[in-house]
Amino acid sequence: MLTESQIERYSRHIMLKEVGGKGQQKLFDGKVLIIGAGGLGAPIALYLAAAGVGTIGIADADDVDLSNLQRQVIHFTADIGKPKVESARQKMEAINPDVKVVTYKEWVSAANINGIIADYDFVIDGTDNFAAKFLINDACVLAGKPYSHGGILQFDGQTITVKPKESACYRCIFPEPPPRDAVPTCSQAGVIGVLPGVLGTIQATEAIKFLLGKGDLLTDRLLTYNALRMKFREVPLKRKTSCPVCGENPTISEVRDELDAMTVCDLKKG
Amino acid sequence: MTITINGKETVIAENPERTVDSLLEELDVSQRLYVTVELNGEILDRPAYGTTAVNEGDVIEFLYFMGGGNAPFAQSLR
Ligand SMILES: [Zn+2]
Repeated sequence: MLTESQIERYSRHIMLKEVGGKGQQKLFDGKVLIIGAGGLGAPIALYLAAAGVGTIGIADADDVDLSNLQRQVIHFTADIGKPKVESARQKMEAINPDVKVVTYKEWVSAANINGIIADYDFVIDGTDNFAAKFLINDACVLAGKPYSHGGILQFDGQTITVKPKESACYRCIFPEPPPRDAVPTCSQAGVIGVLPGVLGTIQATEAIKFLLGKGDLLTDRLLTYNALRMKFREVPLKRKTSCPVCGENPTISEVRDELDAMTVCDLKKG
Repeated sequence: MTITINGKETVIAENPERTVDSLLEELDVSQRLYVTVELNGEILDRPAYGTTAVNEGDVIEFLYFMGGGNAPFAQSLR
């Protein structure tokens, strides 16, 4: 039951026929996990908290670093050195005290991911490395958890929503991560600060639509964005029968760490 | 002949021998060992790159790995 002040807080939602009081209640009852409290995770966490998603989990083992602040807008200068999940929790609660924030100050791995995602209705991948991206895909597909994939680099981003065994998954597109020694030099890295704002906000939108049960999810289409040319494109995709995790003869039946792809060049230490 | 690559119509020389593999080389696609190729809506298995012909009017998507701000792998097709 919404209180008077909640009715006021969410009035612009409640006015929407796709949301209404019922939809707002669904958001309240919803549980969304954000993996990564960095560039993508920042707008996702802020918007989901503002929207009144009742339970928001956020997982990240990192501490806030000065080089994060150019794009990770949930962290402030005074937060440098604090755990990212703690810094994020404080902002989310400050925006909306109705929201329950659950923090996981750890990296996801094969050892802990099943337990972490189990409680949630929807998972959002806001990580910055391939090992985590493949792990999240496998864990969500195997557990039947819908999730949003997001990736960014330089001026480019891409995102897709996966409904396990119904729509194409990350491994339908990329069966294996690139091997560690295939990763080229660090000079290709970097990201324009606004980019994760665009992609993360799209990912948050998917979580909200999923909880509301309204609209069309970004399934079976990879949305790509190039900020320099200011172009969005949609690449239609299909589930692949040979997919190692969601195909007809899957070779992956439990989560595993992609050790070979574990590291990417880490600019923060440079 | 004309094909569509990542949404752009592209004219390439006639070559009946051309495969997806040789197209990647011809266009000097970055990270070509790791790019995923979708041909007319179907994602190709990597071993098929060398045996799949490219035909007039084909719609081809090169899909790249994209990690995060720290991951140097992905690069868009320019
Ligand atoms: Zn799949």
